[in-house]
Amino acid sequence: MTVAVTTSGADDRAIVITGICGRLGRRLTRALHREARVIGLDRRAFPDRPRDIEHHEIDLRSRRAKDIFRGGGVRALVHLGVMHNPRDSTEDHHSWNVVAFQHLLEYAERYRVPKVVLLSSANVYGPRPDNPQFLTEEAPLLGAGPFSEIRDLVGLDMCAQSYLWRYAATEAVILRPSHILGTVRNAPSNYLRLKVVPRLLGFDPMMQVVHQDDVVAALRLALTPGIRGIFNVGGPPPVSLSRALQMLGRSAVSVPHGVARAAVDRLFKWRVTDFPAPELDFIRYVCMVDDALARSVLGYRPKHDLLETLRAVDEERWV
Amino acid sequence: MESRNALARLADVAGNAVPLAERLRAAARRATDELKTRLLGRDFEQRAAILKERYVDMGGDPFGFDVATARHAAMVVAFFHRMYFRTEVFGIGNVPSGRVLLVANHSGQVPIDAAIVGSSMFFDSNPPRVVRAMVDRWTATLPFVSAFFNRVGQVVGVPENARRLLEMGEVLLAFPEGIRGVSKPFDRRYQLEPFGLGFMRLAIETNTPIVPVAVIGAEEQYVSLGNIKWAARLLDIPVFPLVPQMFVPGAQMPLPTRYRVHFGEPMSFQGGADDDDTVLAEKVWLVRQTISDMLRRGLAARRSVFL
Repeated sequence: MTVAVTTSGADDRAIVITGICGRLGRRLTRALHREARVIGLDRRAFPDRPRDIEHHEIDLRSRRAKDIFRGGGVRALVHLGVMHNPRDSTEDHHSWNVVAFQHLLEYAERYRVPKVVLLSSANVYGPRPDNPQFLTEEAPLLGAGPFSEIRDLVGLDMCAQSYLWRYAATEAVILRPSHILGTVRNAPSNYLRLKVVPRLLGFDPMMQVVHQDDVVAALRLALTPGIRGIFNVGGPPPVSLSRALQMLGRSAVSVPHGVARAAVDRLFKWRVTDFPAPELDFIRYVCMVDDALARSVLGYRPKHDLLETLRAVDEERWV
Repeated sequence: MESRNALARLADVAGNAVPLAERLRAAARRATDELKTRLLGRDFEQRAAILKERYVDMGGDPFGFDVATARHAAMVVAFFHRMYFRTEVFGIGNVPSGRVLLVANHSGQVPIDAAIVGSSMFFDSNPPRVVRAMVDRWTATLPFVSAFFNRVGQVVGVPENARRLLEMGEVLLAFPEGIRGVSKPFDRRYQLEPFGLGFMRLAIETNTPIVPVAVIGAEEQYVSLGNIKWAARLLDIPVFPLVPQMFVPGAQMPLPTRYRVHFGEPMSFQGGADDDDTVLAEKVWLVRQTISDMLRRGLAARRSVFL
């Protein structure tokens, strides 16, 4: 069927990136647009985009999204458009994340897109006291338990998994990176950007972080023809939370877990913070991945060391 | 005039007192230094440095072992190892230099035996090694305990972690008797409970030599007359040992028995890790029998529980 079409170099078919206006999406675009035709899909506008990329400011669930795939001119779909906004209602979340992604997979199947890449997260495994120190790709996805926000991500991941096994013609790749640090606006980066970082009294789990550009590199490797499967993406060697804060020169306050939980719960209700209280488990228990497979199959090597990766959260302050 | 005199006298006293205080302080420092050397040995700092080299310079231990915390913990354990229990260590040269699985008998109501095996490998082995034991999963939910265990190299007991530690070339300590061993009543002292099979599967799978370890002296540290089942059920803990000394005010410390730790010769096992339980059980029986023999010989050679 679509075997010989993914020759490298002279392929003028496009790479569709959803959620392109996110900070990671922009970085990926900047890395890709010179060597491939890039089509962006996002609800948001992309004012400062490179001139050679085509951007569609649409809802992923709309009919217009389908038209982009219709011509058969798409060689890869990179799905970064996972919404993680704890303020939105569960229905919105589900409809945007899971339903939209199911539509996209349907288009990919119907119009023979040879490659689908989903940027999932190591959060799907969930932080748990009985986690092995490094989770492999076979570990069960237990992250959904207490976290309604991660439930969608797990749903998405499972959708992509079943797609991966069902359609041999499409190379589906699921990347599960650990905490992505950088100018991105995700919970771990925002947490480390705090001036005074709250910690849980008596807990000091090991943390695994990865630089945003290493994730971009992993995404590019995932686009290599012939690659399919699920890959954990780790970064430099793990570090304890206390040491990480020390390296960043942050001052920390230790709060007993019960107090912290109640406080964050209240602050979340008052819209002072956007950290949902159950996510405190991420600074309580270990949730790290074994990325041996990504290293051996993808050839992935994190280029940024621990200090660079941690410092990346502060980069924007100086720009 | 009067007041000046009084002041001068006071200054005089102070002038004499300062050197005296300094002399006292110096003497105290000498005494603590001496105690420290006696306790920790002359080469303590070198030993700590060797560990630092191993763990810090390899980019940090992925399980969170922290040399500075471990150094402090070693100072505390040293008191028990050298002075309180006056541990005698035999055959420590039997422990091979690479990955190794120490399999020991478990006893004494409170798992002090694990700490003593750990301190033996730190204070008496050349080069010093860190013993990684597997701790129960629920300890990870306890504040302070979880952080402390991480920093002194203890690891949550799941098979993946054990495998990874052995692949890193670490010393892993296993008590195949589990909780049944540690909570034995006094009349069954030095009689081994049935062994679990997990350690054998792990050793075969990772091609790791097993060193049998016999710990003598822990059984007598707390004399347990039996298990109060209803109390254990009430508190939702596995066992509630009836230890008379616990009810005597000020006698909660373990009895100062003398610990004797025997390291046996390494045993290697071939075969399939996914073999039938019956096949593995034979190999496990061999290890159990070896430890049992070591205990018997050790007990026969022992003159006194306390000396």
